[in-house]
Amino acid sequence: MKEQNLADLEAAFNEKLKQDIRIEPKDWMPDAYRKTLIRQISQHAHSEIVGMLPEGNWITRAPNLRRKAVLLAKVQDEAGHGQYLYSAMETLGASREESIDDMHSGKAKYSSIFNYPTLTWADMGAVGWLVDGAAIMNQVPLCRTSYGPYARAMVRICKEESFHQRQGYEIMCTLMKGSEEQKAMAQDALNRFWWPALMMFGPSDEASTHTQQSIDWKIKRHTNDELRQMFIDATVPQAELIGLTIPDKDLKWNEERGHYDSGEINWDEFWQVVSGNGPCNAERIAARLKAKEDGMWVREAAMAHAEKKKARKAS
Amino acid sequence: MAGKDWPLWEVFIRSKVGLNHKHVGSIHAADAEMAVENARDVYTRRSEGISIWVVESSQVFASDPADSDALFEPANSKIYRHPTFYEVPDGVGHM
Repeated sequence: MKEQNLADLEAAFNEKLKQDIRIEPKDWMPDAYRKTLIRQISQHAHSEIVGMLPEGNWITRAPNLRRKAVLLAKVQDEAGHGQYLYSAMETLGASREESIDDMHSGKAKYSSIFNYPTLTWADMGAVGWLVDGAAIMNQVPLCRTSYGPYARAMVRICKEESFHQRQGYEIMCTLMKGSEEQKAMAQDALNRFWWPALMMFGPSDEASTHTQQSIDWKIKRHTNDELRQMFIDATVPQAELIGLTIPDKDLKWNEERGHYDSGEINWDEFWQVVSGNGPCNAERIAARLKAKEDGMWVREAAMAHAEKKKARKAS
Repeated sequence: MAGKDWPLWEVFIRSKVGLNHKHVGSIHAADAEMAVENARDVYTRRSEGISIWVVESSQVFASDPADSDALFEPANSKIYRHPTFYEVPDGVGHM
């Protein structure tokens, strides 16, 4: 009887997926689907939170007030995006605190791109243009992901994200209209961020362990390589338009495929950074831990104050 | 280490005068006042709202999706509650 029940539930779940009906928090779902979502959404949330660090690095040194206000607003958005995503993750029964601790211990990952340093102001341009551009490529299809709360969070995020990419590209355009030094700075930022940005789409389809199952569950709508190709095709003309050179000698338009062919990604570097050996992994985690520990007394005091107020009201 | 999260609150936003409050997501906060302030920062950074309600998530009692068929059946079977159920002559115009 019980087994029959489970089979019915599973059939109903699969039928919903087939008909593109969203799965909602209280609906029955297979454990593995729940686990995969918790892993993906939390990883996504951690990326938004850690993603504040490389750009936060430049807020006090933005070249003028306009750029400073914009960068501040962008970093605030990243914090907000992290909040939307953690809240979507919590609808699956996961604990926010445990999830954040998992990031600090290295058990949970975040996007490797944030383990690269932001050395010059031009990096703010490259990050907005390429990193947010790649994120948008990933996120737009996720607006149709099968889990309702995740899809709704992605709709909000995508709406807000497009300013992020445009402001980054605007920084690059401005630099490319400037002095020789400024042009060289923009090119240097592109040189350093191009390959890590391509790595943001994850391992190649042959090496990706989760892709097929996630596509069957309609969590993912495209494979890593498909998204990477879309990003390359969209970005190359943007670079050419303002006189920047993509640092890939094998990059060439393929008339037959209707896509750009590109060089091989340094997967060794990718796995090194994923496994904790990137230039800034230790620094990023240390900054997050410090924020958690330094803020602990504030969170505890706020809770104590709230409880005291409640008790006073009750008496 | 678990269990130190602030309580969870569900957030409802009225986007403009004349519309109802609509659920937008949730937020952690020590108390209701802080929940409103946090909800403002997280859910209305681009003037998405003019009014916020917060309700502690533990206070929400929801229907069970597994019972949906039985719960909503009474309405499904009463198609005569819709105006299109009734036949009226063509000449009657708008009614």
